[in-house]
Amino acid sequence: MRKYFGRKLLIYLLTFFLAVTIDWLIPRFMPGNPVANMLARVSVNSTAASVMQEYYTHLFGLDLPLWQQYLNFWANLLRGDLGISAYLFPKPVTQVLMNAIPYDVALLLPAILLSWLAGNNFGAVAARSKWLDNTVSPIGYILTATPYMWLGILLAWFFGIILDVFPIAGAYSFSLSPTLSWKFIGDVLLHWFLPFFSLFMVQFGGWAIGMRNMIIYELEADYSHYLEALGAPRSLIRRYAFNNAVLPQLSGLALQLGVIVAGALVTEVVFSYPGIGYLLLAAIQNQDYFLIQGCFLFIIIGVLLANFVIDIVYVLVDPRTRRGMTGEAA
Amino acid sequence: MLQVENLTVYYQTLKGQVRALENASFTLADGEIMGLAGESGCGKTTLGHSLIHLSPPMTHIGGRVLLNGQELPLADMQKMDAYRFNEISIIPQYAMNAMNPIRKIGQMTEELLRAKKADVKTVMAALKDRLEMVKLPQEVLGLYPIELSGGMKQRMVMVLSTLLDPELLIADEITSALDVASQKAVSEMLVEFRDQHCCNSVIFITHDISILYQIADSILIMYAGQLAEKASTETIIHNPRHPYTRLLISALPEIGVRYSDKRLTGIPGKTPLLLNPPQGCRFRERCPLAFEKCAEVPPFVEIEPGHSVACWKEGSADA
Ligand SMILES: Nc1ncnc2c1ncn2[C@@H]1O[C@H](COP(=O)(O)OP(=O)(O)O)[C@@H](O)[C@H]1O
Ligand code: SF4
Ligand SMILES: [Mg+2]
Repeated sequence: MRKYFGRKLLIYLLTFFLAVTIDWLIPRFMPGNPVANMLARVSVNSTAASVMQEYYTHLFGLDLPLWQQYLNFWANLLRGDLGISAYLFPKPVTQVLMNAIPYDVALLLPAILLSWLAGNNFGAVAARSKWLDNTVSPIGYILTATPYMWLGILLAWFFGIILDVFPIAGAYSFSLSPTLSWKFIGDVLLHWFLPFFSLFMVQFGGWAIGMRNMIIYELEADYSHYLEALGAPRSLIRRYAFNNAVLPQLSGLALQLGVIVAGALVTEVVFSYPGIGYLLLAAIQNQDYFLIQGCFLFIIIGVLLANFVIDIVYVLVDPRTRRGMTGEAA
Repeated sequence: MLQVENLTVYYQTLKGQVRALENASFTLADGEIMGLAGESGCGKTTLGHSLIHLSPPMTHIGGRVLLNGQELPLADMQKMDAYRFNEISIIPQYAMNAMNPIRKIGQMTEELLRAKKADVKTVMAALKDRLEMVKLPQEVLGLYPIELSGGMKQRMVMVLSTLLDPELLIADEITSALDVASQKAVSEMLVEFRDQHCCNSVIFITHDISILYQIADSILIMYAGQLAEKASTETIIHNPRHPYTRLLISALPEIGVRYSDKRLTGIPGKTPLLLNPPQGCRFRERCPLAFEKCAEVPPFVEIEPGHSVACWKEGSADA
């Protein structure tokens, strides 16, 4: 057991190192650089521009040889310093990210968890009711097959413009300033609903169909047939099938949770919702090396953590993995 | 006692009916272990399943089955539940995968017993002795199926299936997946189960006749969905009457010698497809004795007490 997790941990650390290195490299391969981009936004005469260019290049450490930049990057990273954002200069990247993360969590955590719960229960019921299966499964397939962008825009158009019941941009109204008042909370909830609901819908369809298919598969498994031959009640057979079917869904859930911090890029773009996804787009458009690095760092950490959690959960709930572990050690 | 009368069961498929069991009639005495043998695909599993779990695509076309004089509601899935496990039980062909992979074996057993409204306490106590009989340690109850070897799983399912001391046990190819040494051990354990009244009568399905020499009281030979011959093991071995049985027996190596490699394949020709089987005796194409009359289905008649044959060359007409 110890050996198993020891080895896993090593693999995760190695992956982390490689992923972060790539994360550092990629923005630097993009044409242009953050300083040029910053200066393009202000109009100054050319002498001032070259002074400023030199000043900022030095400030961001971009005048150093690449290998040194890379070492500095790791040294700062280990101190928890992700640098300064060029796009939102002079805010530190960590602060920019910390401001965005609560929006992602508030949006994605309920969307993922609720759609998982509802989708799985729904799929399980659909698996045993012909009537429900015939009506709901097609809807589920349509939902999962719909390009998310399309669904998001459709929802925004219908609820935001036609019915005019929900705002379609931002996390709260520009006219309000963040306070702990009912008015503000209500306003935040209103802005939150459409992005949440659109995410919930697509994921719900996916979970429901996955569960339905898994249960039907499990009901055809040998252990189900054996119980049927012994005249066990349907309830017991269904419960076993559900327990088996939920395992792959569980790892799917963990993977979804892992990308929470990555935000739902498309959702946040469609609804101009200020999470990490939205931030990432802005960072790329502005060639903000440090902000891009920061966003991807969170994505990497999220995915790796989620995978690690799956490994642990599987060992806890699925005896077959445990068997694999002892087999590996032997 | 089990009486099967003219039992006919087909598979309903998109291509049509697969006539896997045609007009089967035989009886099984109390405590009798009857070997059911024949080539792969001849309908052994179909016969076994129709006695306990006749579910689609299997369809009950005709005939009836009486257990201790009481007719079984074969085609009524709900009513049959009362007989399943309690009166009739099965060790399925897929015994290796028969247990829920994510439940500990003991827990699964308890849940099953409770769901069947059995006396959980008494049965779980009896379970301990049964495990001893099949040489499994008590600890298996705390293990998951995957932690057992193939042979252990086979024996565990044997114990599970017989927990409620069924009147009839259907053991489907329980030795086929095992090595020669375990084959012998498992079949002997089954005889022990019968002797200790853990089950009453047994239908022991196999495609390997030689294993039956040691344990079966009687043998029923099937060919392509039809019954060919039933008699005591002695008679089947030393005095078979059906041409198919004779070929089978002569194709086997001497009794008592290693037999496991030689299966029921030493006869030239192929078994007919049961989707569109030939009229009359289905063995006709391969039968060295076939004549015109064989275009009609030969009746399965008792030519002497306890010995039935379905062949026009045998029985009353001309022997
Ligand atoms: N689910 C099924 N659907 C259609 N045909 C089947 C099915 N199961 C078995 N059969 C057919 O029924 C015949 C008898 O099969 P089976 O009883 O499994 O034979 P055995 O156990 O003697 O090997 C075979 O011809 C097989 O192809
Ligand atoms: S009935 Fe005819 S074909 Fe069938 S076994 Fe007898 S002789 Fe052969
Ligand atoms: Mg079979």
